[in-house]
Amino acid sequence: MVQLKLTINGFGREVLVQAHETLLFTLRERLALTGTKPGCEQGACGSCTVLLDGRPVLACLTASVRCGGKDIVTIEGVEQNGELHPVQRQLVAKGAIQCGYCTPGIVMTALAFLRENRRPGENDIRAALAGNVCRCTGYAKIVEAVRAAAEEMAR
Amino acid sequence: MTAAVGNPTPLRDAAAKVTGRALYAGDYSFPALLHVKFLRSPHAHAEIRGLDIAAARQAPGVRAIAVGRDLPVTFGILPIRPDETAMAVDKVRYIGEIVAAVAAETAEAAAAAARLIRVEYRPLRAFLEPAAALAPCPPEERIHAASRHPSNLHKEARLRFGDPEAALAGSPLRVAAHFRFAGVTHAFTEPHATVAVWNADDTLTVISATQVPHYLHRTLAKVLGLPLHRIQVKKPALGGGFGGKSDPFPHELITAYLALRTHRPVKCVFTREEVFLNNRGRHPTEMDLALGCDRDGKLTGLFADIVIDGGAYSSFGVVTTYYNGVLMQGPYRIEPFGFRARRVYTNKPPCGAMRGHGAVNPRYAVEVALDMLAQEAGLDPCELRERNVLPADTLTVGQLRITSNGVRECLRAVRARSGWDARHGKLPYGRGLGVACGFFISGSALPILWNRYPQTVVHVKLDFDGRVVVFSGAADIGQGSDTILALVAAEILGLPLERVQVESADTRLTPVDLGSYSSRVTFMAGNACRSAAEKLRQAIAAAVAAEKGVAAAAIVFRDGQLVTADGQRLASWDEAVEIALAGRGAFVESGHYTSPKMGGDFKGAGAGLSPAYSFGAVVSEVAVDPVTGRVRVVKVWGAHDCGRALNPLAVEGQMQGSIHMGLGQALSEELVYQEGRIVNASFADYHIPTAVDTPEMDVTIVESRDREGPFGAKEAGEGPIHPVLPAIGNAIFDAVGVRLFELPMTPARVLAKLREQERRRG
Ligand code: FES
Ligand code: FES
Repeated sequence: MVQLKLTINGFGREVLVQAHETLLFTLRERLALTGTKPGCEQGACGSCTVLLDGRPVLACLTASVRCGGKDIVTIEGVEQNGELHPVQRQLVAKGAIQCGYCTPGIVMTALAFLRENRRPGENDIRAALAGNVCRCTGYAKIVEAVRAAAEEMAR
Repeated sequence: MTAAVGNPTPLRDAAAKVTGRALYAGDYSFPALLHVKFLRSPHAHAEIRGLDIAAARQAPGVRAIAVGRDLPVTFGILPIRPDETAMAVDKVRYIGEIVAAVAAETAEAAAAAARLIRVEYRPLRAFLEPAAALAPCPPEERIHAASRHPSNLHKEARLRFGDPEAALAGSPLRVAAHFRFAGVTHAFTEPHATVAVWNADDTLTVISATQVPHYLHRTLAKVLGLPLHRIQVKKPALGGGFGGKSDPFPHELITAYLALRTHRPVKCVFTREEVFLNNRGRHPTEMDLALGCDRDGKLTGLFADIVIDGGAYSSFGVVTTYYNGVLMQGPYRIEPFGFRARRVYTNKPPCGAMRGHGAVNPRYAVEVALDMLAQEAGLDPCELRERNVLPADTLTVGQLRITSNGVRECLRAVRARSGWDARHGKLPYGRGLGVACGFFISGSALPILWNRYPQTVVHVKLDFDGRVVVFSGAADIGQGSDTILALVAAEILGLPLERVQVESADTRLTPVDLGSYSSRVTFMAGNACRSAAEKLRQAIAAAVAAEKGVAAAAIVFRDGQLVTADGQRLASWDEAVEIALAGRGAFVESGHYTSPKMGGDFKGAGAGLSPAYSFGAVVSEVAVDPVTGRVRVVKVWGAHDCGRALNPLAVEGQMQGSIHMGLGQALSEELVYQEGRIVNASFADYHIPTAVDTPEMDVTIVESRDREGPFGAKEAGEGPIHPVLPAIGNAIFDAVGVRLFELPMTPARVLAKLREQERRRG
């Protein structure tokens, strides 16, 4: 086992992990942060997306031992002071959430994307979401919500 | 007045899901939890000669091992042919079938121990294709020895009305084609997961990702030999089903059994590969279809011969077999009409119900054939369809009772919105438009189990706190049925939505609902909820009427108040609650729904019967690259008659999701088998359209207000998919002049057709 210091959602934690363990496992099984979802555990669905030092990564492909000292944000850390982030608020309002299993990954992907792209066009949004599988919505309302969030954040 | 029904309403659990708070089955944990891993068959068809678990039992952390003989009771979603067991007993029938299960302290330890189990197999002749499986063979070679047929035939369904062959032979215009459809699968994002807890009071709680808590409840009782009253099935948040979570599954039974044996909580979470192996997706299908019309485009007859590849077990297969035939008898008047449909067992993962159950592939065939007829008759494809669509309030050739019917409005909507008249047949080479229609059941009128209970019951509770709680067994699988029930109750009681809370899908708390399949929930549970809420409203009205000296019938419930017809305030909701509960306490009112009796009296008359049918139409625009054969769908216009959109936001979402799923089956999705093994059992290799592949969609809701639906509502979750695939196929024809009879329409298949076209043109 390896001892690590991880900053998760702004709080530093010491965890013991196995050398081969994924960040997805550490988050869900050791820290009970079950908002990050396993959809394929092969890097092909995006549902496990978290932010590592501000950049979106697939937790199922990220070795926990490589996250020592890094700053991790999961879906549980996106709300600020009990308020939904505009991305979250718009996903709810636009009806972009059906089963919701893809949603945490979509939120994390969109968060990172909107930080770099303040006025994205529809095609940019679609390209940004291309690694996130949603089987319920046909993406239409998700794209609409991300665009509305961008507008809201620009205000 | 703030109406609830008809307002675009975000799903009730959206905030929980968007913050990661919603708990899915795999998110549950309990103290002293054990984890299950499975040993699966590497053979498509083999006898189990020996099974040695000694080494596995000694492995670290192992607490229990289960094998086939521990749970030999057969089960299946349909009572007619229970042919599954929790684990293979004497032989394995597909690659991936569960042979043994290990419960251990960690998932890793369970997996390691499962690898230590030694199985001696004697391979048997494997039947991998329907044609081979249909040939007669001795019982000992068959996949199911007990079969009534001399081959691996599972079910043959035939119906005929009139003499379609003779009519077609004499028809002025007639087309016939052979169609092939690859198997596809649901590919919901949440892998199957189940947690079972053996409680201190000797009851069993099973938390599972299921669309059918009620059937799981019954199957657990049957297979585990436990009385029904000691089993509780709870469906937590669920990450998509589309039919793929609508059977009671081996892993659910095994997980529960291991909890019972160890008296410890046990959890099972599938890998993505296991989800593919579990399958129950749409059947690989081959179909010969002949359709005719006269020179005015009036249809003269249809005959279809269909073979569907069922895989190793029956699942919903008898229903699928019938649906492949009977759901071709609309949305057009087609007479005479006949089909033969056969489902065949093969040594592959079982197929079952998937969105649009049984009707998606034959719909492709019918709509492509209609397009071919339109061309031969020199008619516009929209026009040909309009000349044949069924009216409202009619019977189909096989006596399906049609009530409301908005198919004509749907067709006109997509025709107008896509600019069809100005653009179809007139776009430059490589661009094209295609059209198709469809229809689907709003719940099966005949329940799966023959008993005297209603198809759904809803309780509505009111207590001193002024909240209304709806109790329903209906399974919200992401489609938003909890929200629908809340909307219905809020509408009847004139309450803001937040006053209504929903407890659903917990077989200890909630009355029976048969489950989320066959698009039945809005129609059936919605009607039951409406009836329960109406009883509650009457009770409150009676009490307030007596207290205030007004007539009960004159009391209006709106905006959280009770007022007279002329708007005079009688009581706030809280005051009314106190008046109504005085001296008696809480109300629990009950409503139920059972489909009316209908249909013919011939064998098979019940197949496809529904209290109401949804209708729809789609136009799609494609761009075909004649060099690569690649098809890009540019835009899709969809219209769907859902009777009344109780939640327009959810209806749009179902339509958009259906278009996406239809697009996948049309162009890229396909389960590829080699020697019975699925070789693309991953999201990397099974190609679901991404956000980039999915085109712009223009959706129109048509409201025909069904007289028997709750507030006029019919289904919206499955019907929108049917026209999508043929609209794409027909658009390819408009773009480049070739007809695709094989799905998915991959670049290679399109290119092959273009080459053939070139050769023919010389
Ligand atoms: S679970 Fe990580 S990409 Fe699918
Ligand atoms: S909402 Fe179900 S997968 Fe996206």
